[in-house]
Amino acid sequence: MAEKVNQTQNFLKGIVKDNPVFVMLLGMCPTLGVTSSAFNGLGMGVATMFVLLMSNIVVSLVKSQIPSKVRIPAFIIIIASFVTIVEMVLEAFVPFLYEQLGIFIPLIVVNCLILGRAEAFASKNNILSSIVDALGMGLGFVVALTVLGATREILGSGSIFEFKFVAEDANTFILFILPPGAFIALAYLTVLFNKISIKTT
Amino acid sequence: MSKKKDTFINMLVSLFVITIISGFSLGYVNDLTVGPKAKAKLEKKVNALKLVLPTFDNNPVEDVVLIKAENVKDSVEVFPAFENNKFVGAAIIGSTEKGFSGLIKIMVGFTPEGTIENIVVLEQKETPGLGTKMKDEKFLAQFRTKNPSTYNLKVNKDGGEVDALTGATITSRAFGEAVQMAYNEFMKNNDSLIALKN
Repeated sequence: MAEKVNQTQNFLKGIVKDNPVFVMLLGMCPTLGVTSSAFNGLGMGVATMFVLLMSNIVVSLVKSQIPSKVRIPAFIIIIASFVTIVEMVLEAFVPFLYEQLGIFIPLIVVNCLILGRAEAFASKNNILSSIVDALGMGLGFVVALTVLGATREILGSGSIFEFKFVAEDANTFILFILPPGAFIALAYLTVLFNKISIKTT
Repeated sequence: MSKKKDTFINMLVSLFVITIISGFSLGYVNDLTVGPKAKAKLEKKVNALKLVLPTFDNNPVEDVVLIKAENVKDSVEVFPAFENNKFVGAAIIGSTEKGFSGLIKIMVGFTPEGTIENIVVLEQKETPGLGTKMKDEKFLAQFRTKNPSTYNLKVNKDGGEVDALTGATITSRAFGEAVQMAYNEFMKNNDSLIALKN
C-alpha cells in the first residue's frame, strides 16, 4: 500500500465520477428488471449495497490467503453466501419486499458490480478503503435505482412511493412500467447524468 | 503478507476452507430464520382469512380440509369457519396457471349459500402496474356479494360480467377462472363442511 488513498474522493467517485449505473453501466439486470417503482428500486439498491459492503470487507480480509488462480470462484462463493443470507432474512422479516423483488434477489450473485469491485478494488486495497469504496459504490447504485424507479413510477403509474397524485383512472404512460420503458428511461437518465456531471467537473 | 503461490494444494485448501465456512454460516442463518419465515407465512394466511370470511370463532387454520380436485396439481385447501358451532362460510384457495406470467393464487371467502364474501390475492407474478391491479379495491369490489351461480365470471369480452383490467385481459380472465374453480370446489363440498361440526 504505497500510495495513500484519499477517502473522501474514494467515497464520492462511486456516486458521481464512476457511478455504477449511469457511468460504468454495471449491474444492468436488476437495474432494468425491478425498477418499476421507486420503492422496489430502493429495496433492491439497499440489498445490493449490503452484499457489496460485506463482500468487499471479507475479500479485503482474505485477499492474501487466496491464490490468484482460484480468486474468482472464491469471490463468487463469498458473494453467494451473503446473497443467500439476504434472501433468507428478507423472506423471514420483510416478506412484502421479498415477494416484490422475487427472482432478482438470488440474481444479485451475478451482479457484475459486486464481483467487479471485489476484483478491481477490494482485492488490492486495505479494509478501510474497501469499506469506503463499497459504501460509495453502493450508495451510487441505490440512488441510481431509486431515481430510475421513481421516474418510471411517476410516468407510468402517476405516483411516487405508492402515493398517487393523479386521478385513480387517469391515463398514464403504461409503457414506462413495462420492460421497454426501463430501457428508454435509463437511456435518457444516463444522458442527463453525464451532461450534468461533465459540466461540473 | 505476500500472496499465496498457485500450487495445487494451496488452491485446494483455500477453496475448501471458504466453502466450509460459508456452508456453516448459511446453515446457522437458516436455523435462525426458519421460525420467523414460517410465522410470516402463517400470519399472512390468518390475515387473509380474517379479510375474506365473516366473523368466526374457531381456528380455520387448524380445521383446514384438503380436497383432491381434478385439474389441479396440489390438493385444494379449504378453511371452514364456524360461529357458535354454526357454519358461517368457508375460504378456499383458488389457483390457476393461466395468468400472464403463470401461477395466480387467490383466497375466496364464501357464505354458506355460495355468495362471494371477499377475495384476497395470495400469490401472483403479473406485470407490475397492469396485471397487479387485480389486487386493487376497484377490481375486487365487483365480485363482492355476487353468487357465481347467477353471476358469469368470464370477462366482458368473452360474454361474461367481469369488467376486465385495462391492458390485462389475460390476468382478468385467469382471475375469473380461479374464482370459478374455488366456487366449484365449495359447492361440491358444501355438505361435508357443514357436517364437520356435527
